[in-house]
Amino acid sequence: MSLAVAKKGAITSIGPSAWRPAVVAIAILLVLAALPSLVDPYQTVLLTYGLIMAIAALGFNLLLGYTGLLSFGHSAYFGAGAYTVAFIVRDLGAQSMELCIVGGLLGALLISALFGFVCVRHTRIFFGILTLALSQVLWSLAFKFFWVTGGTDGIRVASAKLTLLGGFVNFAGPGSFQRFVFAYYYYVLGLFALATVIMWVIVHSPFGKALQAIRDNETRASFVGISVRRYRWIAFVISGAFTGLAGVLWVPLNGLTTPDILYWPFSGEIVFMTVLGGFRTFTGPIVGAVMFNYLKTYAVASTEYWQLLLGVVLVVLVLALPSGIVGTAARLAARFTRGTS
Amino acid sequence: MSLLETVHLKKYFGDTHAVDDVNLTIEEGEFISLVGPNGAGKTSFCNVVSAYYSADSGKIIFQGEDVSNASVTQRVKAGIARSFQLVNLFDDLTAFDNVALAIFSREGKTRNIAALARRDSEVTREADAVLNQFGLAGKRNELARGLAQGERKLLDVALAYALRPKLVFLDEPTSGVSTRDKGQIMDTIASVVRGEGITAVVVEHDMDVVFKYSDRIVVMHQGAILAQGTPAEIRKNEQVAMILIGSSGPDAFSRKD
Ligand SMILES: Nc1ncnc2c1ncn2[C@@H]1O[C@H](COP(=O)(O)OP(=O)(O)OP(=O)(O)O)[C@@H](O)[C@H]1O
Ligand SMILES: [Mg+2]
Repeated sequence: MSLAVAKKGAITSIGPSAWRPAVVAIAILLVLAALPSLVDPYQTVLLTYGLIMAIAALGFNLLLGYTGLLSFGHSAYFGAGAYTVAFIVRDLGAQSMELCIVGGLLGALLISALFGFVCVRHTRIFFGILTLALSQVLWSLAFKFFWVTGGTDGIRVASAKLTLLGGFVNFAGPGSFQRFVFAYYYYVLGLFALATVIMWVIVHSPFGKALQAIRDNETRASFVGISVRRYRWIAFVISGAFTGLAGVLWVPLNGLTTPDILYWPFSGEIVFMTVLGGFRTFTGPIVGAVMFNYLKTYAVASTEYWQLLLGVVLVVLVLALPSGIVGTAARLAARFTRGTS
Repeated sequence: MSLLETVHLKKYFGDTHAVDDVNLTIEEGEFISLVGPNGAGKTSFCNVVSAYYSADSGKIIFQGEDVSNASVTQRVKAGIARSFQLVNLFDDLTAFDNVALAIFSREGKTRNIAALARRDSEVTREADAVLNQFGLAGKRNELARGLAQGERKLLDVALAYALRPKLVFLDEPTSGVSTRDKGQIMDTIASVVRGEGITAVVVEHDMDVVFKYSDRIVVMHQGAILAQGTPAEIRKNEQVAMILIGSSGPDAFSRKD
């Protein structure tokens, strides 16, 4: 009660528009932080996956929602992050998760800078096809160089050997996996919150406004002096880095990286979760990613024909909610507040 | 030194001579009207000078420098801005964000990725001032796509103006606007442009407007310059009257049919 009063005081003194999102975000973060003590570990793992994919979708949507470029190849950057981590752990014997993050980010940056440089020369369908084609090149390389990548077997990354926060948290000894799941959830939650704040600042920065201008009207953007191609490229690299970070975080939880995450259906999943949540809204990709993760998990668990079930459910959802879950919710909320005031 | 000089400028589309050997010199501070019948090549001339299209041949000299091969953004940075005959805005951004973006870009601030755009009080103040000058202050937070045609035209001009160019091309800033609003829009544009000492080339069909505001009138026909001169000189030019309104004789321009 006293908390609510305190919040209300803050709202009226500084202005509701600036503070309401921050208050809501903190409330959601508190709920998320409390969750592992309330639900069983399986649900914690599931939510961890959801948050990781949310980071991937946030990155993807910098291109789709804010720059107007539909990439069909984001598996490449997710995979670049994931495989770099696997290499670091296997070949360098590294244990520090932070080292993995730095390395994985560099890997994803490298690949996205390279691929992006080629792709941003085109827009619309050509852009999409190029991103798809390049990601498939990476996928086929993972097979060709099987002595490096392990081919279809992939590379194992044992979570028990990793340490978090510069060695401060380790998982040696009994109950290793349970402790890992618990600690890793908070680790991912922290990085998810950080990634979300960073992305929020980016899209509200002058740079972010320039991207939206390019999305709306590329011609006019150049006539106000914006170097369209360069800005698209930078957006591409940032987008790839976020999705790469998701790939980095995904590996220890999955315990294994395989070429599946480099394959085009995985890119399709990233597109789908973003559209499902609503690519015209900032939080849409986050909600979409978490929802998609649940939908997919339960579809897989409930039937052998899970792809069919998932496909049908998703098609119905997208047809029913063309502006996505968050877009539709926002419209309903707007109608509701207009109706009451 | 003239502000802009085009030398044997040419742009052909197949057999269409859209810009045909145009030699035009523009002095600093002039308010020039570019007139001519439909298809005369007025927009094409603006397109070539602003780098929307590259010229087939000829030179464009801006402030003594050859900018013939400069890109759109390079010419914008050099000080050439333009508006568009068909409104060209950032439709999903607010009127404020449209103008603010032009200012951010001019100031080289669009590179800034780590600060909130709306926290930049300098840009905010300037953008609001520009909106105010164009009578759009009340529409500040509306999406550009939701504005009325006249307001969209004004916002299009405001975007070019917010770049504080040395030379601005305004391609039919009052087309598609009711006659009643036309004078008001031209008044706004003329006062803003003259107030800042910006050199302006305005494409306009309404000869009343043209005679009222211009220092010099340039008449184009079939891609070439047919005549140029002060409003008084052009008013007397029978060939121009023939081409623009299909009749001649004394006072052809003031007769209303
Ligand atoms: N992109 C293009 N491709 C082919 N032809 C073009 C193109 N742009 C202009 N033209 C042609 O060039 C000629 C000049 O056109 P332009 O648009 O410059 O005329 P204008 O003087 O602006 O006419 P209006 O008053 O109708 O706007 C016309 O015959 C037009 O059809
Ligand atoms: Mg025209």
